[in-house]
Amino acid sequence: MDPQFAQTLCLTLKLAVSTTVILVLIGLPFAYWLAFTKIRIKPLIEALVSMPMVLPPSVIGYYMLLIYSPRNWFGEWLGRIFDVQLAFSFEGVLIASVIFSLPFMVQPLHNGLRSLPDSLREASYTLGKSKMLTFFRVLLPNIKPSVITALALTFAHSIGEFGIVLMVGGNMPGETRVASIAIYDEVQALNFEAANQYALILFLVSLVLLTTIYSVNKKYDTWKMM
Amino acid sequence: MENDVIFIDVEKLMHTAQGPVKLMVQTSIQSGELVALFGQSGAGKTTLLRILAGLVAPDRGLIRFGNTIWFDSEKKINIVPQQRNIGLMFQDFALFPNMTVEQNIQFAQPEKNKAAVTELLTLFGLQELRERKPNGLSGGQKQRVALARVLARKPQLLLLDEPLSALDAEMRHVLQDEIARAHNLLGVTTLMVSHDLNEVFRLATHVICIENGKVMRSGRPENAFLDNSISGKVQITGQIARIEKQDTLYVVTVISGNNQIIKVIAFENDLENLKIGDRVMVYSKAFNPIISKLG
Repeated sequence: MDPQFAQTLCLTLKLAVSTTVILVLIGLPFAYWLAFTKIRIKPLIEALVSMPMVLPPSVIGYYMLLIYSPRNWFGEWLGRIFDVQLAFSFEGVLIASVIFSLPFMVQPLHNGLRSLPDSLREASYTLGKSKMLTFFRVLLPNIKPSVITALALTFAHSIGEFGIVLMVGGNMPGETRVASIAIYDEVQALNFEAANQYALILFLVSLVLLTTIYSVNKKYDTWKMM
Repeated sequence: MENDVIFIDVEKLMHTAQGPVKLMVQTSIQSGELVALFGQSGAGKTTLLRILAGLVAPDRGLIRFGNTIWFDSEKKINIVPQQRNIGLMFQDFALFPNMTVEQNIQFAQPEKNKAAVTELLTLFGLQELRERKPNGLSGGQKQRVALARVLARKPQLLLLDEPLSALDAEMRHVLQDEIARAHNLLGVTTLMVSHDLNEVFRLATHVICIENGKVMRSGRPENAFLDNSISGKVQITGQIARIEKQDTLYVVTVISGNNQIIKVIAFENDLENLKIGDRVMVYSKAFNPIISKLG
């Protein structure tokens, strides 16, 4: 296999896996908080989380670049204290990807938690169980399809992300050149065979993931009816 | 025991379908009693139960369980449900769908004790169902699992929210007996929400009638109800709620379809094929009925 082809696929996988792992860690507690909070500005928070779904990636990418810029206080502070330069780096792309995939993780989890009857939580509390234990032993196991949907959608979305990677990361082999960017690049170079390989792999991976989601949900529906 | 008395004095504004209603309850419950909270839906029975469980905070007031303060609005004390050591049985049973019958019961135990789980499974006739998930159970079976689960926690106070409303009449009778058995066996103070007079008469040692958020009457069921419902129609069908022996006679309490309570004297041979729960007709012949003007 062409080493550059392998490197690009590796990087794509690395970005998708890292994004998914980080989003599990952030998304679970955040979705739990969002599902049960009575805070007044909840609609605003929900809107902010969903923004990446409606905004063009270039808008978010543009703001990310602004924030990363050393001319900005945050970018300057990062560079000064940590000697980190986020724009056009893997880390910068990763942060952008986490923000951009946030709704794909949070929304299914949030909907799943909201769909459970309140009495399940309350029963666990009155049986003397802490909120933490209730979350992991009662709530989470009963929204398994939502968890699988959230994981698969986040992963698939991170693999397929194009616009924001291009804006924030550019096209640097081994650093920010992921499969979706490579396709664009190869097509520009009229190198259709390589583009075809990338495209086919992305197509198949997404197909397998989505089929998994739908078959799990179908299984769960029949189980619920029993 | 004096220190086991539950003292309740709470106020809470409820938003019901009929508009806002203020729940104002001041009452106390003796240890070991089986108390029925009786009243129309929307009267505040369930809210009171949830306040006792710690799931709803009253606007104002005091709840004392023995010497422990559970809620005190002035001192800003509100003990969380986890620390009240109560067992609340929900109207929808709230069994955990991801766990088997056995796991549901085990989950409720403060410390893992397999022998105690088996004991509860046996007590409620659930051994055959131990590996089943709640979604595969009938209403009556779910109710038994829910009851076994709350008891596994060894609660000091048992709260039952219309435990039998989802069941048909026959199942209801079987499970009423089971609740009575569980109460007698463990002697745990029990509060049960009900709007079924029959159920109140069969199970409760004390009844608190709530109407529009206020306690209207309370006391032993026969005292709380009998004085203001005139009995004595010529022909009434109903269900036997209680049979009591008095000297050589028996007093049979029958509850009619529209929740009237009728006491009938019966001889031993009258009762030969009658038992609690039977549908019967109470009638009187010729000149017995007495007429009197109402209001």
